[in-house]
Amino acid sequence: MANIELRGITKIFDKKVRAVNDVSLTIADQEFMVLLGPSGCGKTTLMRMIAGLEYPEAGRIVIGGGDVTDLPPRKRNISMVFQSYAVFPHLTVFDNIAFGLKMNKTGKAEIVRRTEEAAELVQLSPYLERYSAQLSGGQRQRVAVARAIVMEPAVLLMDEPLSNLDALLRLNFRAELKRLVAELKTTTIYVTHDQVEAMSLGDRIAVMRDGKIVQCGTPMEVYERPATEFIGGFIGSPPMNFLKVRLERVDGELRAMLGSHGLPAPAMLADHADRDLLLGIRAENIEATPVDGVASQDGLVSKTLVVELLGAQMLVTGEIDGQGIKVLVRADAPIKPGVDLLLHPELDKLRWFDAESRNEIVVS
Amino acid sequence: MRNANPARETGDDFRSLRQARGRRHTLGRAGLYLLATVMALWVLAPIYLITITAFSPRDVVREYPKQVIPREFSVESMDFFVNSTGVLGSLWNSVLVALITLVLSTIIGAPAGYALARFAFKGRDPYRLVILSTRAFPIVILSIPLAVTFLTWGIYDSIYAVALMHTALAMPFTVLITSSIFVSVPHDLEEAALTLGCTPLQAFLRVVMPLALPGLAAASIFTFVLSWNEVFAAVILTLQERTLPAHVLGVLTSSPPHFRFAAAWFMLAPSLIFIFLIRRYLLGLWGRISR
Repeated sequence: MANIELRGITKIFDKKVRAVNDVSLTIADQEFMVLLGPSGCGKTTLMRMIAGLEYPEAGRIVIGGGDVTDLPPRKRNISMVFQSYAVFPHLTVFDNIAFGLKMNKTGKAEIVRRTEEAAELVQLSPYLERYSAQLSGGQRQRVAVARAIVMEPAVLLMDEPLSNLDALLRLNFRAELKRLVAELKTTTIYVTHDQVEAMSLGDRIAVMRDGKIVQCGTPMEVYERPATEFIGGFIGSPPMNFLKVRLERVDGELRAMLGSHGLPAPAMLADHADRDLLLGIRAENIEATPVDGVASQDGLVSKTLVVELLGAQMLVTGEIDGQGIKVLVRADAPIKPGVDLLLHPELDKLRWFDAESRNEIVVS
Repeated sequence: MRNANPARETGDDFRSLRQARGRRHTLGRAGLYLLATVMALWVLAPIYLITITAFSPRDVVREYPKQVIPREFSVESMDFFVNSTGVLGSLWNSVLVALITLVLSTIIGAPAGYALARFAFKGRDPYRLVILSTRAFPIVILSIPLAVTFLTWGIYDSIYAVALMHTALAMPFTVLITSSIFVSVPHDLEEAALTLGCTPLQAFLRVVMPLALPGLAAASIFTFVLSWNEVFAAVILTLQERTLPAHVLGVLTSSPPHFRFAAAWFMLAPSLIFIFLIRRYLLGLWGRISR
């Protein structure tokens, strides 16, 4: 049992930069938690504090019920995979993987058994006698992972482990990593700036910005219900569309007006009538049909600017009343640049954001 | 007429321009090589002359004009030098002093170098500068009070006095060289060791040291050569227990010429060999031009 509890963690660099600002987070036993955010958001610093490589200015870190805030890394029962891999160049693959076990004074026979087992798990068995310089980037990555998991730690920490691999290798290793961690059932914290990695790996994602966790939830929650405009724009490719609309009462019904067109708005937004709002909608939640002369009152009309074929789908970039919008349609849809499109967003997928604070206004 | 064939015209212009530039380029290169050759000769010619004279029969020394190609190989002069009174004793002193200097400066200097490399402490840059500025202090001014101090401590005229002095002289280099060596060992490796069950000391001994060792060896050799060559402090701080350079300097005026040449070569050779061995690290330290 190794759940992790972070209570009010703050890290200040150079007496003024708040790299991590009063972060509290609870990670369940065996959970795969992804810390996601742009560079400089404090995610790596937070992980390094959990590892014991940095000391927080305030707050407590509790692993498996024990307060480890004042313990050095070696007494925390954690293992870490570094972004640079940090494979010891003066040791063979075998000695790299066995390094931690040797430090723990594990018996010789057990060291050999567990090291070979870990190497097998990451398919490094043929390379045990090699040195780091004789390995490819992907193999070095495997050494780093094997070296961490062989310790059978309570918590596995991974700092952007895939960011130095080329695209194809990254895709393969991502799946492999997911299988591996699922098998090991170790509580895992994984730092990345890549939202695709975060979505595909995490049980939950904690989105960080400016030293704070701005949203924490399952990948689907974060994707479907971004708490702020920032998260909606950061997660998903293409990012969520945001349209500036004005909430008006038309014939007693609330409508979000965009130029001369409008969409029905939920009655719960009544407080915001006659005010500007941000309307968020994902590109795949919009139905697009070429305008056939009759302009309907329901729906928005966009002028098609660019059409990009993505393989299975087509990404259409258009413009509504001067505001950009991206729509995903079927690859064989008869849409060409210059064509006017009638857009029907799925109404239950509409998200409303305050135009000032950029936070979501929850309506359901 | 001029514009009848503009394409050809510009082509010619271009060619002549390129030729001019090429000529200038060749001239520049030739000048560079000439300069390098002159500088190399400036250093190598005396070394060469010393070497062939040291290994020629003794009467060759007085010959004029000098022979550029040695006619006869002989260890007569070297034999004479090595067996002169005081040479072997001072040689032994020199080696001891250099070794003590090496050990002391590494023990004191390497941790300072490590601190400079790893920790961002307040006043790090001034500290770096101050370390270097100790070299700006003239040895003459330093030596007299030191001689007095060593007299009262009872270690005057001993190899320990000279070794202490040499340690002080070598310290700036030791600190700065070791610091650059430790910087080249990625901090990640040390942190990885910390997460794998090492104490900071264990991480240093098991990960940083093995990786820094070749560089540290180079730094040690550099210190050794520094102490081996140092003569001024050694002359002031000793009377009987001289190091080799101090001894040679003391007897130089009363020695025959072939003794001087043999002594010069004897002093020169170890430095040259050592510098040659560690030149890779010195280049790395002072800015690599090309591998």
